Formats: sequence, structure tokens, C-alpha cells
Amino acid sequence: MRPLDLLMFAGQSLRRARMRSSMMLLAVAIGVAAVIMLTALGEGARRYVTSEFASLGTNLVIVIPGRTSTGGVNPALMSGDTPRDLTLGDMEAVRRLPTVADAAPLVIGQGTVSSGRRERQTSVLGTTANWLNVRQWKLERGVFLPVAQSDRGGSVCVLGIRVARELYPDGDAVGQWLRIGDRRFRVIGIMGAEGRSIGFDAQDVVMIPVASALIMYNKTSLFRILIQARDRDLMQTTRVQVIDVLRKRHQNEQDVTVVTQDAMLTTFNGIFAALTAALAGIAGISLLVAGILIMNVMLVAVSQRTAEIGLLKALGAKPRQITSMFLTEAILLASVGALIGLAVGETATAVMRRMLPIDAVAPRWATLAAIGIAVLSGLVFGILPALRAARLDPVLALARKI
Amino acid sequence: MIELEAIERTFQVGDQSVHALDNVTLTIRDGEYVAVMGPSGSGKSTLLNVLGLLDKPNSGIYKLGGIDTTHLDDNQQAQVRSAQVGFVFQTFHLIARLTAAENIELPMLLAGVPAKERVARAAALIAGVGLTDRAHHRPDQLSGGQRQRVAIARALVMKPNLLLADEPTGNLDTVSGREVIDLLEKLNRDGYTLIVVTHDPLIGARARRRVVMRDGKVIEDAAT
Repeated sequence: MRPLDLLMFAGQSLRRARMRSSMMLLAVAIGVAAVIMLTALGEGARRYVTSEFASLGTNLVIVIPGRTSTGGVNPALMSGDTPRDLTLGDMEAVRRLPTVADAAPLVIGQGTVSSGRRERQTSVLGTTANWLNVRQWKLERGVFLPVAQSDRGGSVCVLGIRVARELYPDGDAVGQWLRIGDRRFRVIGIMGAEGRSIGFDAQDVVMIPVASALIMYNKTSLFRILIQARDRDLMQTTRVQVIDVLRKRHQNEQDVTVVTQDAMLTTFNGIFAALTAALAGIAGISLLVAGILIMNVMLVAVSQRTAEIGLLKALGAKPRQITSMFLTEAILLASVGALIGLAVGETATAVMRRMLPIDAVAPRWATLAAIGIAVLSGLVFGILPALRAARLDPVLALARKI
Repeated sequence: MIELEAIERTFQVGDQSVHALDNVTLTIRDGEYVAVMGPSGSGKSTLLNVLGLLDKPNSGIYKLGGIDTTHLDDNQQAQVRSAQVGFVFQTFHLIARLTAAENIELPMLLAGVPAKERVARAAALIAGVGLTDRAHHRPDQLSGGQRQRVAIARALVMKPNLLLADEPTGNLDTVSGREVIDLLEKLNRDGYTLIVVTHDPLIGARARRRVVMRDGKVIEDAAT
């Protein structure tokens, strides 16, 4: 039998058994679409987190006070000592390292900010002029925090664009006074609309000099030091040097945690890749179920078409031909079902991309695997019915009424 | 040339064994017209199935065209059926989803004949049985007689030399039955070896040779 004839013959008998065929198509299509949609969701989440991390800046190395490593025992902590403060002096020392391009301190607080009778809650970030370099935020108007020495406070602030719009709805905020808690600050600049990343939205912050923030929130330690390495390849070196410098400054004790953007990215990438794979696996089960349905329905088809199989044998069909005729039907069904599932899955992910803030795209491996497994399950689960058909005794088969 | 020698065929029905063919020895020359008759259960259908290689004898030798078929494997037997045997059944056995022309093409489809040639050969045969205007009708749109003529065309399409008909008129009215018999006899005159299993005394009377069976044995074998 010619391959094309085999395909046409299979197509004809599938079209004839419309109900049966459409149930199988549905099952396979749901399986494939489920894999595509779920992995797209997982992949979308991964991309979202990745881009959030990327938006932190480039080549970032971040210093966190306190030791979060689980390796070994720190006798100082055992004896009840708290970690030493992370100070502006530490930051300046780190900034002088040759591999460091720039570094900015960060103090975070919440505050009620008000102008006239308008007030709102917002995040207050204390930092220095270096912030713009390190985080690559854009200034919309005015100037950023002064380049003045980082340990000197000042009563100036830069607003996120939404804060500016809401507190000064009818005019330019720059040059106006802003009240944060019980202190007054002069607005000197407004941040651009872009830039949002984990934790806070650049549109919804008020930024003040770091020293002022330390005083206002009565803190002695920085919340973070953000460091930009000169080069991507220098991030690890920078990390080691930063740890080294800070240990020397902290009486030879490592009481800070230094993470690189890379390491965080890799960790989160790994977590989300695993999540995506798990989702694919769960959805894959539906493909298995579809395969079992294919087997069942093909078995029914074989017993319904017993007389036809007897006839085919009488007309000179070899056992192997009968096998391939029924296998072709199963594979054809699975393939068409997979294509329908592909279309449905792709449409659904396109809808997801519109409705959700994530870039939901099924990874290519998942799409290919879904289609591959669907077709394979058609083959595997089609074998038993096909062999049964081929083994039918022609005399008994012909005796059955059509 | 068909040579059956001491063919035995027994079936196990429950704990009883039924002797469907009991030491049947028979020779049928090319171009003969043989009616196989006998009561139900006499083994005449089993004989036809053995002749068509659909059934295997338990013992004995069956030579078709000088070749011992009893030792061929399934694939080789399928090959012989495809090339040398045409079946006509009482219940026609047309595939309901296929048109008359497609049903006729089916043996060629299985044999891997190219589509163009299939269409041409099917068209010629369908014209031969007088159904050109019905070529694209499905079996359920055809009368019984028309269906049987389509089935006969299908049996001829691989140019076999042996036509095996099992009660070909059993499901037909007298007029259609008559037409089908006329067609089969014309084919016999054209050179096909024709073996008809039948209850119909009319066909029995017309065949040039009658083989009567009872209880798996040939009890009468006479030229008329």
C-alpha cells in the first residue's frame, strides 16, 4: 500500500466515525494545549522575575548587613553579639575598590508625605547621587540628589512621577516644599516614568539624601549597599574584594552577606525552570490519559469494523498492512489533535500575554515535547488495537454482519 | 488448476469436534463452472474458505496452479489471494463509507497500484457491470443487485483466475439474482474458473459440474 493511500484511507474511516474521532481529537488537543499553556505560564513567571532582577541595574553586587550563610558557626553570633553596622564609611571604602564602577547606599523607610492638604503614604529611599548610575534610573526634570559627601544630609528630595502628580496636581513640583513626617524638604527633581523593580516602583517613591534618611528613621546601619562592578566578568572578583574590605573594617569578622545579581538570577532561573518543568509534567499526564483514550476508542473501532478487516484480508491485505492501517489512524488522530492543541494553546497564551503582566510564551522544548508525546502516544497506544485487528481470523471476521 | 488431496478440517465447538471437511479430494480444472451444494453445515462454505486460502486445512494438500499453498505463511497466502482469487459474498461486504468506485479500487489500493491506474481500471470494470452512472454512489444508495455487481467488479479487479462466490444470490430477489448469475456465467465463458456455493437449485442445474456435500464429505460429483 502506498503511504499516501494509507493516509487517505485512514482519513476516510476517521471522518466516517465522526463522534469517535472528535472525542479523541479533543482529548489530545486538551493535553497539548494544557502543556503549552502551563509551561507558558511558568516561563512567563520566570521571564518576569528575570527581567525584574535585570532591571535592578547592570553588574550589580549587593551588600546586606548580617550573615545569612548557613555554613559553619559564628562564635560572635553564638555569644549574642549583633552584626556590626553597615556604615557610610563602609560604602566609601568599597567604592574605592578598583573593580567597582560606582556604589550607592540605600536606607528604606515608609513615610507620610504631604503638600498642603494633600498627603499619601509612600516609600522613602535614602541614597546619594550615585544611585542614578547604579540603578540606571532616569531623571525626568530638575536635578538629582546632591553629589555632596554622603554623610552630609540635606533637606532636598526627588519625587517619583506619580507622587509628584498626585501631590502637585496643578503645577510644577520642582522648587516646592514637601513635608515628610515632621520635616520639610525642597523638591529638586522628578524621576522618569520608567524603572520598576522588585520592592518598589520608581514612580511611587520619595528619595532623600542618605544621611537625612538615617537621622529621620533613627538608623545607624544602611539597609543595603548597591555596587556596580566595572565589568560583568569582574562581579565575582568584586564580591570577594568587597567581603575582604568589609571584614577588615569589621574587626576581621565577616558579618555581611554579599550577593551578585548573577547569582540571584541563576537561582531564580533555576527555581522557575524547575517550576515550568513540573507544570509540563502535570500537563503531560493529560497526554497520557489521552493516549489511553486513543487505545480504548481504537479497540472499539477494531471490534466495530471486524467485518471490514475480514474483507480486507479476503482482498489480499497482509497482516502487517492491517496493522499499519490502524496505526496510521491512531497516529493521524493524535497528530491532528496535537495541531489543534497547538493552535488552542498558542491562542490562549496570546490572550494571557494581553491579560497578565507576564510575557507568557511556551518554551520551544515544551511545545515540541507536547506534540512529540501526543504523536508517540498515538503510536504506542495504537499498537495493541492494530495488532488485534491484524490477528483476527478472516473467516470469523467475515461472518460478522457489517 | 485446483488440486485438493485428502483435505481435513475440524473445528472445536465446545467439547465437541466438528468435522467440517472430511477427507475431501477434488480436482478442478481452469475455466470450470462448479456448483457446490448441500445442506447447511455440510462443509461447503469451509471448502470455499479453504479454496480461497482464508482457512487452513488441518491436513491434506491444496495445490493452486501447481503450487502447494498449505506451507505458505500468512503474507504469502495474502499475496496469492490478492493475485489469484476473487471473492463474492452473500452479504456483498462493501465498505459503507466508500463509493462503488472506491470499493472496486480497494484490492488495488492494498496491492499498491498507482492512483491513476486504479481509477482507470475501476472505471472500465464498473462500465463492464453496467453501473457507470452509479460509480460515485455509496452502497446504501444502491439496490441489492447493484451492490452485488459492484462486489463482482471488485473481485475481478486484480485479474484473478479463480472466482469464489458464496451464496451470491442469497440476499437478492429473483430478477436481480438472475442478473448476477448471468454476469457470473458470462465471466466463466470469458475464462474465469467459477466456483459457486449455493442452495439455489436453479444455479445447481445450470452449472456444468455439481459437487454435493454432506457432513464434510463429497457425496456426489457429477458433470451435468
